[in-house]
Amino acid sequence: MKFITIDKKDWAKGIDKSRGTYQLFGPVTDINGCQIKALDADVQPEMEYTDSVLSAKSVLFPQSEKILVTSLNEADDDHHIMKRADGDYTPRAVIGIRPYDARAIQLVKMNFDTEDYRDPYWCDAYEATTFVGLAINKPGPLDFSTSTGTGPFSEDGLDILLADMDDKFLAKVLTPKGEAYAAACGFNTEADAKESQVLFDVMRKDAEKTISSSVETDKLKDKTILDLYEAPFWDDVAFSCINCGTCTYVCPTCWCFDIQDENKLKASSRFRNWDTCMSPLFTRHATGHNPRGEKTMRVRQRFMHKLKYFLDKYDSGIMCVGCGRCVKSCPVNIDIRQVCETMNNYEKKE
Amino acid sequence: MENPYLPYPVRIDDIEIATEDKSLKTFKFVFLNEGDEEKFAYQAGQFAELSIPGVGEIPIGIASSPVEKGFVKFTVFRTGVVTSYLHNMKVGDIMGLRGPLGNWYPWDKLEGKNVVIIGGGFAFTTLRSSIVYMLDPANRSKFGNIDVVYGARSPGMLLYREELYEWEKRSDINMHITVDGTDDPDWKYNKGFVPQIVEEKAPQADADTFAIVCGPPIMIKFTQPALTKLGYGPDQIIMSLENRMKCGIGMCGRCNIGKELVCKDGPVFTLEEINMTPKEY
Ligand SMILES: Cc1cc2nc3c(=O)[nH]c(=O)nc-3n(C[C@H](O)[C@H](O)[C@H](O)COP(=O)(O)OP(=O)(O)OC[C@H]3O[C@@H](n4cnc5c(N)ncnc54)[C@H](O)[C@@H]3O)c2cc1C
Ligand code: SF4
Ligand code: SF4
Ligand code: FES
Repeated sequence: MKFITIDKKDWAKGIDKSRGTYQLFGPVTDINGCQIKALDADVQPEMEYTDSVLSAKSVLFPQSEKILVTSLNEADDDHHIMKRADGDYTPRAVIGIRPYDARAIQLVKMNFDTEDYRDPYWCDAYEATTFVGLAINKPGPLDFSTSTGTGPFSEDGLDILLADMDDKFLAKVLTPKGEAYAAACGFNTEADAKESQVLFDVMRKDAEKTISSSVETDKLKDKTILDLYEAPFWDDVAFSCINCGTCTYVCPTCWCFDIQDENKLKASSRFRNWDTCMSPLFTRHATGHNPRGEKTMRVRQRFMHKLKYFLDKYDSGIMCVGCGRCVKSCPVNIDIRQVCETMNNYEKKE
Repeated sequence: MENPYLPYPVRIDDIEIATEDKSLKTFKFVFLNEGDEEKFAYQAGQFAELSIPGVGEIPIGIASSPVEKGFVKFTVFRTGVVTSYLHNMKVGDIMGLRGPLGNWYPWDKLEGKNVVIIGGGFAFTTLRSSIVYMLDPANRSKFGNIDVVYGARSPGMLLYREELYEWEKRSDINMHITVDGTDDPDWKYNKGFVPQIVEEKAPQADADTFAIVCGPPIMIKFTQPALTKLGYGPDQIIMSLENRMKCGIGMCGRCNIGKELVCKDGPVFTLEEINMTPKEY
């Protein structure tokens, strides 16, 4: 494993150099707070940020994405024949992605890249992307990532992991993709691998120690889906929820989407847009019948999906990386950690 | 499938009004590109997304049968945005077809078995596909007795009437057609709701008999006890579910019952499987 030292004085220059071959994404602050967005040519990633309001999922899964196009003009030869919309799949790099968000992308990958189908939009974007992570030295109070299979220095899903060392970054180059990106920046001051690893370990332990929040998930596996589904606590959990959907939009692991057609004159486009299981429209049949017509059913769906269905289906832990965003953003303070605890401790009364 | 969102271009080759109230029409499509029909190779019980550019997509069971070549057929009830638009389209119009999607009735498991088909209302589309498949000379010997209970509100609301009456005449299939009611004095078949006719006419269960049930929720609800009375176990009752769908390939996340995605792990499940999942359908 190779380590590189990057003096912060050289950082911006290196980033700019990489723009020749990479389209860059990174944290920037706008009126809505910190976001992971495509960086304009004169914008540097804000490497001092604590957390972004929305996760990094949009780098591969935009809020709205054109997937197919066609012409509705019958005078055109190929009218009404749909084609894949043009997309830019040249190399891109997301700079400063948090380790839990990188882990989340690995979880989302299980949905979009399957044995039976490959979602070409998500997968092509994934393959084009280099993930340059930024370790979290001082985790926030809502971070419970160490109990969800990731953590402030987790390397899972990353090509490079950067550790902020005040006047410099120490970069652990994890993959050939990461190596190529470092080269494109001209970052090549190798550091002693053994020493660097020791430094990383110390910093990781310090960071992990400051995490005070956690969830227990050990008993979820042994319960049946139906027992949890029929448990008596769901009305209480859902009571204050206003079904705004915020928790699903801010979540790095929520991948549900809708498909809609839009026409401008005779040009037709098919889009996929983020959707939310919190909306009654999500499941409503044309007949008006709705299998998740009640608020409680939708809240239960969200937590059951994350904490039980996903766990049972993939055997890769829960579908939550412990970023704490939903806890922070929920207008009525519904807290997945509490729900998880309730579920984990639930015993069906015979 | 290269891009699972990209439909095969098809042309509407024929449109038939399927019921007397004109709320259902049967659309026959032919593929525009050579080779697409082969790529669309399907099994009875699967569905497809009918894709109308500029309007949207709807999941519809495949009503034609794998043994019928040169076209695919779907019977569509007019209800919302896309189905209403489709009902106003013309022969010759170009649209798209995405699929085949989902699983199918367990034809491997059903080989050598007696099959009882139970359908109500317009949920008879993939059942038609199945019957035509089983009656095909190349396949008929693979199955034991075939019984069909099919009911609709009135004679004019039965789908595929010509074929039903043809099947009535055959000796290798036992038809039990029924209507809720009719004032037609010449009506030769049953009168009564599907669950009642099932109880009266369907064969008793044995280890080698399986029932396939499709219909509106109310019919399914009352047919289950009738089948239980006849001795059918939950593993011998096969059902097809309809949840709201978009992607049809297990990715958009809306059609699940528990951890099963109806579009990909279904739409066909045994009652035994359904009994282990939340009833969110
Ligand atoms: C596996 C399967 C097989 C089906 N087979 C048939 C069939 O053979 N014949 C038939 O007439 N109908 C069938 N349906 C139901 C049919 O899909 C809906 O009636 C249709 O989607 C309604 O679309 P709409 O645009 O007219 O309604 P709107 O209410 O305007 O719906 C808007 C969109 O929501 C989705 N949607 C709404 N209701 C449903 C629903 N019940 N199921 C799935 N998606 C829905 C569709 O994407 C639709 O375009 C089937 C459904 C499924 C899931
Ligand atoms: S953010 Fe809170 S109130 Fe909004 S849908 Fe999620 S749980 Fe409900
Ligand atoms: S469920 Fe909440 S804490 Fe877990 S990954 Fe999603 S937003 Fe983060
Ligand atoms: S329709 Fe998208 S997951 Fe089933």
